[in-house]
Amino acid sequence: MEIDRLDGRKANQLRPLACSRNILNRAHGSASWTQGDTKVLVAVYGPKAGTKKNENPEKACIEVIWKPKSGQIGKLEREHEMIVKRTLQSICILNINPNTTTSVIVQVINDDGALLPCAINAACAALVDAGIPLKHLAVAICCCLADSGYIILDPTKLEEQSMKAYAYLVFPNSILSVRPEGSLKVQGEPMEHGVITSGTQGAMSVDDYLNCLERGRAATAKMSTVLRRNLQPQIASDLSKAG
Amino acid sequence: MGLPDAPGDLSSEVDVDAFRRLFPLRFYERHLTESIRPDGRPLGRARDTTIALGAVTSAEGSALAKIGSTTMLAAIKMEVMTPSMDSPDEGCIAIDFHMPPICSPIVRPGRPAEIAPVVSKQLSDTISSSGMINLKELSLVSGKAAWMAYLDIYCLDADGALFDAALLSAVAAFSHCGPVLAYTSAIQDCVALTRQRMKELQKILDEANSAIAVLMEGGDSLLDAIYEEDNLEGIDDVEMLDVEEGEVVEPNLHNEKGKSSGGDVNLEIQGSQSKNRGLRARKKKNRRKKGGSRPVTDINRFVLDTCRRLKERKSYMLYTAVGCLGVSALNDLVKEVHIPFNLLPSAV
Repeated sequence: MEIDRLDGRKANQLRPLACSRNILNRAHGSASWTQGDTKVLVAVYGPKAGTKKNENPEKACIEVIWKPKSGQIGKLEREHEMIVKRTLQSICILNINPNTTTSVIVQVINDDGALLPCAINAACAALVDAGIPLKHLAVAICCCLADSGYIILDPTKLEEQSMKAYAYLVFPNSILSVRPEGSLKVQGEPMEHGVITSGTQGAMSVDDYLNCLERGRAATAKMSTVLRRNLQPQIASDLSKAG
Repeated sequence: MGLPDAPGDLSSEVDVDAFRRLFPLRFYERHLTESIRPDGRPLGRARDTTIALGAVTSAEGSALAKIGSTTMLAAIKMEVMTPSMDSPDEGCIAIDFHMPPICSPIVRPGRPAEIAPVVSKQLSDTISSSGMINLKELSLVSGKAAWMAYLDIYCLDADGALFDAALLSAVAAFSHCGPVLAYTSAIQDCVALTRQRMKELQKILDEANSAIAVLMEGGDSLLDAIYEEDNLEGIDDVEMLDVEEGEVVEPNLHNEKGKSSGGDVNLEIQGSQSKNRGLRARKKKNRRKKGGSRPVTDINRFVLDTCRRLKERKSYMLYTAVGCLGVSALNDLVKEVHIPFNLLPSAV
């Protein structure tokens, strides 16, 4: 039941990941995330005073601006803004800086499939770079469902368009902690089994969706290690950055 | 008693609504610990849902869906358009979701709500990617005509679960839309009727055109017959030529008379070999004779007749025209001009 992918990858194989932080000079935090040919650049401007209208002033507010590679801003961009905003709201600790607004600007450099997961990963890294307090990190992945019921991970744009359905999933990062093992579990399951965000496009059955969840979870473990490795060595150089 | 209980003490004195706004977390916690929600529902129960089909009578399909207080009105309007090049035998659906200020106090005119474009995009994604509507059914004539369905959803009351209610109303409106094929056959009938009517009109026009063409050539036509019928004066053998000022005397008159009488004899000899030809020749001869033997009294009568026909009050102008052109030429001119006017629908 092997499916042939155009770039010769296996079904479970992800594209080469690359992440670099602190690339923009003026932004408080910035990161770029590359998955194969999809590249997204995110800049974070740390807490500013005041919240937007209709937002709860007792909590910090996150504002996301999505800039496409080309074309006018339309409904697609608004939808992406809302999804990224809600995802980031669930990983940030919002009570620490009430009545402030943190701006996250997402710029799409190139779109070759799995754009939204790439943007969420980049936004996460940028928030770490800016020093915004987070509960845990988030790792996002995209799964595609072929007509035969086969699930492939990290599709390219061509694969996304030709497949029956696809789902993007955001899981919490696996936590390395000094605290004992048991205290990190939520209702008996490890924390990384939770789902922060899930979005689907196309018609898929419930079993297919649960399969996607399983595959996605397995893959995010690998992505978490890549992210952690990327973030760690740069912590020493961040100390010189002015807040 | 004591500080930690201070809000709890207040709750017995403070209005429920005020408590909900002042201490929202405690308010909801109080309910959720009992596995119940503020409106009395258990955790797993949805609000009462109602659907009313045909809410908008002017639209091809419409529905009003309510989930609790959340109200959505969906209406579908169908239009015929030319399909795009990439999909010549597929119709099109355009979905729009509006949140007018009526739906919520936080929506103001001129500033669209934040969730409106998101719900709109999610709706169009869901409807198109689920394969709910087969676009090929919307095609009328491949490559030339196809249905375009405009689906507009208006949120009349935003009280949560917006996407659910919007999708419900959209699906209900599509189900109410009725068979599109009925419209197709009605349009085809109209097209057939129009084609038939056009053929009839074309025939009438062709007849009129040919009549005018013949008239212009100076040949015989049914118009001549009409003219002949109108003037029942007998053939006037007596010729009285009164040369009036400016009147053109037809020089060939005497000769024609001689010829025509000869021709007459000839025709009579030939007899019924070609009735039509005979009739035509006689008509020609009669016309010439009439033209030539127009006495003075006839000019007056002719001018009066023509004035009446043309609705021209200034008869002196006609006298001048007769003087310049002669009666027969003027007669021909008037006939040429007047007949097409009769054929056209009288707008005067």
